[in-house]
Amino acid sequence: MRIAEPKAEAARVLAVCNACRYCEQYCPAFQALEQRATFASADVNYLANLCHGCGECLYACQYAPPHEFAIDVPRTLAAARVASYEQYAWPAQLAAAFRSMGSGAALLLALGMTALLAGGTLALNAAALRGPVTGADFYAVVPHAVLAALFGGVGLLVVLALGTGVARCRRDFAAAAPPAAHRRAGSIAAALHDAFTLRHLHVAGADCVTALEVRTPWRRWLHHATAYGFVLCFAATCVATLYHALGYPAPYAYTSGPVVLGTLGGAGLVIGTTGLLWLRRVRDPALTAPDQQRLDGTFTVLLLATAVTGLLLLALRSHAAMPALLLLHLGCVLALFVTLPYGKFVHGLYRLAALVKYRREQE
Amino acid sequence: MSASDVYDVAVIGGGNAGLAAALTAREQGARVLVLDAAPRHLRGGNSRHTRNLRCAHAAPTDVLTGSYSEDELLADLTRVNDGETDAALARLVVERSAECPAWMQRYGARFQRSLRGTLQLSRTNAFFLGGGTALMNGYYAAAERLRIEVRYDAEVTALALRDGTCEALSVRTRGGTQQIRARAFVAAAGGFEANLDWLREAWGDAARNFIVRGTPHNTGTLLRALLDAGAAPIGDAAECHAVAVDGRAPKFDGGIVTRLDSVPLGIVVNAAAERFHDEGEDFWPKRYAIWGKLIAREAGQIAYSIVDAKVRDRFMPSVFAPVEAGSIRELAARLALPADALEATVQRFNAAVRAGTFDPSVLDDCSTQGLAPAKTHWAQTLDTPPYWGYPLAPGITFTYLGVRVDADARVQRAGGAPFENLYAAGEIMAGNVLRHGYIAGIGMTIGTVFGRIAGRSAAQHADR
Repeated sequence: MRIAEPKAEAARVLAVCNACRYCEQYCPAFQALEQRATFASADVNYLANLCHGCGECLYACQYAPPHEFAIDVPRTLAAARVASYEQYAWPAQLAAAFRSMGSGAALLLALGMTALLAGGTLALNAAALRGPVTGADFYAVVPHAVLAALFGGVGLLVVLALGTGVARCRRDFAAAAPPAAHRRAGSIAAALHDAFTLRHLHVAGADCVTALEVRTPWRRWLHHATAYGFVLCFAATCVATLYHALGYPAPYAYTSGPVVLGTLGGAGLVIGTTGLLWLRRVRDPALTAPDQQRLDGTFTVLLLATAVTGLLLLALRSHAAMPALLLLHLGCVLALFVTLPYGKFVHGLYRLAALVKYRREQE
Repeated sequence: MSASDVYDVAVIGGGNAGLAAALTAREQGARVLVLDAAPRHLRGGNSRHTRNLRCAHAAPTDVLTGSYSEDELLADLTRVNDGETDAALARLVVERSAECPAWMQRYGARFQRSLRGTLQLSRTNAFFLGGGTALMNGYYAAAERLRIEVRYDAEVTALALRDGTCEALSVRTRGGTQQIRARAFVAAAGGFEANLDWLREAWGDAARNFIVRGTPHNTGTLLRALLDAGAAPIGDAAECHAVAVDGRAPKFDGGIVTRLDSVPLGIVVNAAAERFHDEGEDFWPKRYAIWGKLIAREAGQIAYSIVDAKVRDRFMPSVFAPVEAGSIRELAARLALPADALEATVQRFNAAVRAGTFDPSVLDDCSTQGLAPAKTHWAQTLDTPPYWGYPLAPGITFTYLGVRVDADARVQRAGGAPFENLYAAGEIMAGNVLRHGYIAGIGMTIGTVFGRIAGRSAAQHADR
């Protein structure tokens, strides 16, 4: 009952919140909960994904542990959030990955992927691994067609899994019947704005808390660095694909679009993820749940590994170590890819769905 | 004991009034110590459970809508007091109330924006963002920043007095009893609502069944010590503010969520399944505070609010699930009430209901006829299952007995000159201003205004 248990606890906690309502101006999660009298599974999932874990409500709570009511909303909703990820996962058999995969396993997966790629290359293109490196030509190591087929195929599966998850999430949120939710044209745009500015991490004019009465902008800025770094890296790949299609072959100059985007993105990822890993150690552990912590760590470590190997590969692309670095980087990217639908990445999609619903519920 | 072991100001009690006094004394340059009887996680006394304070203001502010004149606030205060307040001190609280929010914000308090929230109250009351616990967190962070010394788990048990001057405090800590010396003292340790033995003096054995809505640390030890030392008492020792709370509430510290708003929408019966008071006398916010005492007078200090499916969406959700049943007889069984008696009570009530236009937002014309006690508004027949029952118990919020003070917050003596260096703020002296009843948020206003006065007076005394 790994999914039911956190939800039952969340329903208990939210009923206390609904009778108190002192936190109503902290964030949308409280405003949305006040519009409900009971908290069924779908309501809990919606509210859990609306919560950004800023932490204010824990310290403000007159019922926080050790009070016998033991109310810790950030922790309770974090646990419920991870349970919702499992519930929406496709295929369901992989849902357990949300709680079982730690950072170590993720890195092992990346090394395993690297080994597979290295094995394939040894079998099919051993000369590239032996011979001198010429002109930073990645495709001499792993041919473009192989790369395109591999990542295209995996990418399709990932998109299918993510899409199924989002569809399930939206269906579930729709069941969390609000008093009156209107489809309004502006809702999605407004929700996107909320998501891309992390508005709810600094509501009520203050940043989120790291500990009692310690409010810092770090979590927000580090998340921005990570998220926008990820977007830039993705953009770099898209631009490079376009260049290739237009007959403008790699390697690209340091001042070219793909390299500039990738370098900025990689730097953002390294700074952001390193910072988030640091913050994870210093932030009050009462503000999150162990399952959520593990999920955060796994995804962050994989992002960091991908970014570090990518930047190293760029720096040493004409060096003898290039083929090995390329395989390592590709191994990291593959590991990141295949775990996207079963890890922290999904929070972006489900949270956006919750923000859209919230915008529709208001006004 | 060296001179450095003598504080300028020792504040007894770490709630809103105590911290307001401590921060103000520090503003004056005093070396300040705060002693709180509670452990750190329960610091802040009953201020932890508060939500707002009442302030006069001439024009809308960032935290208050419209305007609320000093005269209007004074009139509201005088009305609930039956005119029995100390007029000069009441006027002082009202006049100084306006500046409270801005002062509190300087020390970490954050308020809700005035646009949203409990709208009907945002004209008269400024709401703390996140409530009183968040307010206290802000205060304590400010106190730490300003190097005010704070000791938790430190209960003041006795005062060492000589000729009207307090020389030292006996403080019970985890490490044993300690003497603490200061030049001036501020008593801000609240009332005695958590002291059931003391409450028994006025309420007899009924007090045993009282639920204490706030901190278990308001035992009145300091109040008793002051009265024993000759402080002039003010307020009725038998008076307390008690509301109807859910009978399943924790004995202490249940706070806001244990309240139950279903009373005016149904009937209330005692353990004998008989009605005992008009449930529809007036709007609930104006009546909820009498129900604590009403239930305290019933056998076993227990009563049951019973509603039917027609009204179950009409009141704030309760934190405790209702006891649900498909018939009145079944509900009686579930609530352990005599079934025949409950059926008879409901039948008599239903027969007496005169149809009208049910409207909880006004004093409507739905009432009973020929029934004693009558239900004068919102009377509807109980006929639509499922029926819901909630056990009710008296939940005590605060006591009124305190020590008399003057406009400088100096504690007065029963016969003779006031104490030389003893000041009081908050619930321990609120009886000077509030003798009966209550208006939302006035306790925090009295605490803030008199906390600041006491802090300034004490610091000035220490500086002499």
